[in-house]
Amino acid sequence: MLTEALVVSALLFLIGTFGVLVRRNAIIMFLCIELQLNAANLSFVALSRHLGIDGQVFVFFVMTVAAAEAAVGLAIIISIFRHYQTVNVDNFNLLKW
Amino acid sequence: MAEILFYVFAAIAVGGALGVVLQKNPVGSLLFMVVSLGSVAGLFVLFEAHFLAAIQVIVYAGAIMVLFLFVIMLLNLGHDYRADLRLGFWSVLAFATVGGLAGLLARQFRGAEESPIYQHFPGPAALDSLIVEQGVVGVIARPLFTDYVVAFELTGILLLVALVGAIVLAKRRV
Amino acid sequence: MGFTEHLVLPPAVSLLGAGWAPAAQGAAYEPFLPGLILLLPLLGFLLNGALALAAGRRSADRIRSGGAAAEGSVEPAGRMLPTWIGPGVVGVAFLLTLINFGRMLGVELNEPVIRSYWTWMGTGNLNVEAAIQLDPLSMVMMMVITGVGFLIHVFSVGYMKEDPGYARYFAYLNLFVFFMLTLVMGANFPMMFVGWEGVGLCSYLLIGFWFHDRPKADAGKKAFIVNRIGDFGFLVAMFILFATLGTLDYVGVFEAAPEAFVYGGGIVTAITLFLLLGATGKSAQIPLFVWLPDAMAGPTPVSALIHAATMVTAGVYLVARSSVLFALAPAGSVAVATIGALTALFAATIALQQVDIKRVLAYSTVSQLGFMFLGVGVGAYAAGVFHLMTHAFFKALLFLGAGAVIHSMHHAFHATHKDWDAQDMRNMGGLRRFMPVTWITMWVATLAIAGIWPFAGFFSKDEIIWASGAAARGGFEFIYTGLWVVALAAAVLTAIYMTRLMVMTFHGPSRAGEEEEKHLHGAPLTMTVPLIALAVLSVFGGWVNVPGSIRESFFGGFGLLPMSDWLDRWLAPITADAQAVLLAELGPVADQAPVGGGHVFWGAVATVVATAVVILTARSIARAGTRPAIEEGLPEGGIRKLLYNKWYVDELYDRIVVRPTLGVSRWAWRVVDQLLIDGTVNAVGNVTRGVGWFGSLFQTGQVNTYAFILTLGVLAVLGVLIL
Repeated sequence: MLTEALVVSALLFLIGTFGVLVRRNAIIMFLCIELQLNAANLSFVALSRHLGIDGQVFVFFVMTVAAAEAAVGLAIIISIFRHYQTVNVDNFNLLKW
Repeated sequence: MAEILFYVFAAIAVGGALGVVLQKNPVGSLLFMVVSLGSVAGLFVLFEAHFLAAIQVIVYAGAIMVLFLFVIMLLNLGHDYRADLRLGFWSVLAFATVGGLAGLLARQFRGAEESPIYQHFPGPAALDSLIVEQGVVGVIARPLFTDYVVAFELTGILLLVALVGAIVLAKRRV
Repeated sequence: MGFTEHLVLPPAVSLLGAGWAPAAQGAAYEPFLPGLILLLPLLGFLLNGALALAAGRRSADRIRSGGAAAEGSVEPAGRMLPTWIGPGVVGVAFLLTLINFGRMLGVELNEPVIRSYWTWMGTGNLNVEAAIQLDPLSMVMMMVITGVGFLIHVFSVGYMKEDPGYARYFAYLNLFVFFMLTLVMGANFPMMFVGWEGVGLCSYLLIGFWFHDRPKADAGKKAFIVNRIGDFGFLVAMFILFATLGTLDYVGVFEAAPEAFVYGGGIVTAITLFLLLGATGKSAQIPLFVWLPDAMAGPTPVSALIHAATMVTAGVYLVARSSVLFALAPAGSVAVATIGALTALFAATIALQQVDIKRVLAYSTVSQLGFMFLGVGVGAYAAGVFHLMTHAFFKALLFLGAGAVIHSMHHAFHATHKDWDAQDMRNMGGLRRFMPVTWITMWVATLAIAGIWPFAGFFSKDEIIWASGAAARGGFEFIYTGLWVVALAAAVLTAIYMTRLMVMTFHGPSRAGEEEEKHLHGAPLTMTVPLIALAVLSVFGGWVNVPGSIRESFFGGFGLLPMSDWLDRWLAPITADAQAVLLAELGPVADQAPVGGGHVFWGAVATVVATAVVILTARSIARAGTRPAIEEGLPEGGIRKLLYNKWYVDELYDRIVVRPTLGVSRWAWRVVDQLLIDGTVNAVGNVTRGVGWFGSLFQTGQVNTYAFILTLGVLAVLGVLIL
C-alpha cells in the first residue's frame, strides 16, 4: 500500500504545482501551495508506517509552519489588496529592479 | 477493507485537488480543498496516524481553511466568477513542466518496492506494537517532548512571530 | 713639524692642543646627554608644528569670517613662541655639543663612543641598531650644524618676521636640524640614510616654502627628483656593502674593509662609485648640480643653512666617513677628485655672468663643494672636512648678508611700488652707505672665500689645492696634476666673481632710484649679530689647521698661533686607516707642488695673486659701470651669453632626460594605462554589467514567472538526481 500512497501523494503534489502555475488568483495559488504541503505530509505519514514515528513528528512541524505561513501570507494578501484593490498576481509587478 | 477505503479516499483526495485547481469561484475552490484535506485525513487513519488525522481535520480543514474563507469574505471575492486560468503558452509550459515532473516521479516509483532500501525498513509491526504500548497520542508526544523539544519550542516562537507579523501586516495604517 | 712639541703652551691653548697630544691621564670620554642633542630639535619641530597648525586654523577662521587675508598680518603674540622655541632648542643643542666637545678634547679617542638605543631592524643576518656615534668627525659636523644653525635661526627671526608662515618655517628648520644631526651622528649607514632622506624632505619643504608661487613649488620638486637619483646610488652602495661584508655599522665595515677588499678591486670600486653617485646628488656636483641654483627659491636663511652650510656638504661627509673604502678604490677616488675639480671650475664660470645675487652664491657653493670633493678625492680627507667647516662659516655669512640686502631692497621696492627684482644685482649698487655692517662682514667673507691670508678660506682651500698637487703619485700623476691646474683656475675665478658681486652690490652709485633710497635701511639687530659672529669665524676659523711651515713663516714671528695642523690631528682617528692604506700602496706624499716650490712659496703666491685679482676686478668693474636691469638687455653672443645661460645645461637635460621621460610617460599613460589597464578594468565592469542585464531579464516582477523558474529548477535538480 506504500507505493500507492506515494503515487497519490505525487498526484496531489503535481496538481498543486499545476495550480500554482496556472491560476492568477493569489488566494487560490496559496491554496495550491497548501495542497503541495499536504501531499508531502501524506508521503511522510505513509513512510512513517514503515520507518518509525519520526515521520509523524515531521508532519506535525510541517503543519505548524503551514499555519504560520497561512497567517502571514494571508496578511500580506490583505495588505496588497488594500493597495491594488485586486488579488490578481499579474497586476503585482513591483518586484523587479 | 482497508484497501477499498484507501482507494476511495485517494480518489476523493485527488478529485478534490482537481476541483481546487479548476473551480472558478474561490469559495468553491476552498470547499473542494476541505474535501481533499478530509480525505487525506482518512488516509492518515489508514496509516495509523490517528493524532495527525485529528489535527488535520481540526486545525487544517477547520481553522486554516476558515481563515482563508474569512479573508475571501473580507476582501469580498466570493462573487468573482471570471476565469483566471492561464491559457495558451503558459498553460502549455505548465503542462510540460508538470508532465516532466510526473515522468521523473513515475520513473522513480516503478519497481520501487523491489528496491533494496525497502528491505531495511523495520516494517509496520514495530509501529503497531509501539502504539499498543503508548497509545496513539503518546506515541507522537514522547519524541516531541524529548528528542525534538528544542524544535518544538522554536515552533512556538515561530507561531508567536507569525501572529505578530500577521497583525502588523494586516492592520490598517494609522 | 716638530716645532710645537718644544713650545710652552699657555693653559687655554693647551686645552685645544690636548686633542692630539697623547693623553697621559688616559681618561675615557664620557658623552654628556648626546641623545638630547638629537631630540631637542625634534621637540622644537613638534612644538612649532603644533603652533603652525593652530595658526593655520586661526587664519582660516579669519578668512572665513570675512576678515582680511593673513598676508603680512601675523599678530605679535603668534610669533612669540616660535621665536623662542625655534632658535632656543638649537641653541641648547649647541651648548650641549660644546660640552661634549670639551669633554672629548681632553682624551685620546681611538674607538668611537657608540650609544645604541634600540634595535631598529633585526632580521636574519641584518642587524641595524638605532645608534649614534660620537667621534671627532661627527663632533666637527655637530659643531658646524648646531653652531651655524643657531646663528641662522637667530637671523631668521628678523628675516621672516612678517611672513604668515612664521611658525611653519621654524618647524621645518628645526626638523631639518634634527635630520642633519641624525645624518652625522648615526652609527651606521642606514641611520645616515634616514638623515639623508630627512634633510632631502626638509629641503623640499623649505625650497617650496612659498608654495603658492608655482616656480618655487616646482624648484622644490626638481630638488627632490634630482636627489632621488643620488639616493638610488646610496642605496645600491649599501646593498653591496651588506652583501659583501654582512654589516652596515661604521665600525664593522671599516674594520673589515681592508681585509675583505682587494686594493683597487672591482667590488670596492663599485661601492665607492655608487656612493659617489649619492654624494653628487646631495652635494650638487656634476652631473646632478642643476637643482641647487633653483633651490634659491626658498627663503634666504634656508639657502644659507641647507644649501650652503650643512645639507649640501653631506656628500663630503659621506666620502670622509667612508675614507677607508675610497682609499681602497683608487679609481673611485680619482672619480671623486675629477668630478670635484671639474665642478669647481664649471660652476665658477657660470657664476661669472649671473646677475641674481643668490644665484651667484649658489654657483659659488657648487664650486666650493667641488673643491671639497677634490680634497677628499685626493686623499686629503681632513682638508675636505676643513674646507667644509670654513665654507660653512663664510658661505653662510655671504648668504645671510645677501638675505639682508634682499630684505632691504624688497622693502624699498615694496614701499615705492616699483616692479623691480629685489635680487638682481644690477638694481643695487652703493648699498654700503645704507647697510655698513652687512657691507663689512660680506667683504670679510669675500676675502675668505677668495683665499687671502689670513682669512679662513686661505688655509682650507689652498690646502686642498696643495693636496691635489702633492697627491700626484701612484698611477694617476697626470690626472692629479691636471686637476691641480683646474683647481688653481677655479680659485682665480672665485676671486673674480665674488669681487664682482661685492662691487655690483655695495659700491658705485645707487641704481635703485632716489625715492627708493629713502626706504633702504640697515638690518635689525637679530640679523646683524649673526653676521658679525660669522665674520669673526670667517677670519679665525682657518687657524685651527695651519700647516706647520706656514705657521712658522706667517705667524711664528708674532707668536700668534700656538698650534699647527690641529684639525688634521683631531680627525686622525677617522682618517688614519685610510692614510695607512694610501701610504702602503702609493708611498708618501710629496712635500712640494708638481712644478716645485713648498708650502710657504705657494701660500705667498696664492695670497698675492688673489689680492691682485680682487683689486683688478674691482677696478675694472667699477670703471665699466653697471646699468639697472630694465635698461640692460640680455648679454648677446659669445661666451658671455653662454655663461649667462649656464652653459645651457638645463636645456640639455631637458632634451636628453626630461623630454624622453615625458614621452615615455605619455606613451605609458595613453597605451599602457588607458588602453591596457583601464581597458581591462572597464572590460571586467562591462562584462559584469552585461551579465547583470541578461540576468535582469528573468526579473520580471511577475510572481508567475518566478514560480515557473522555481519549478523548472526543481525539475532540473530532480532530473540530475534521478537520471
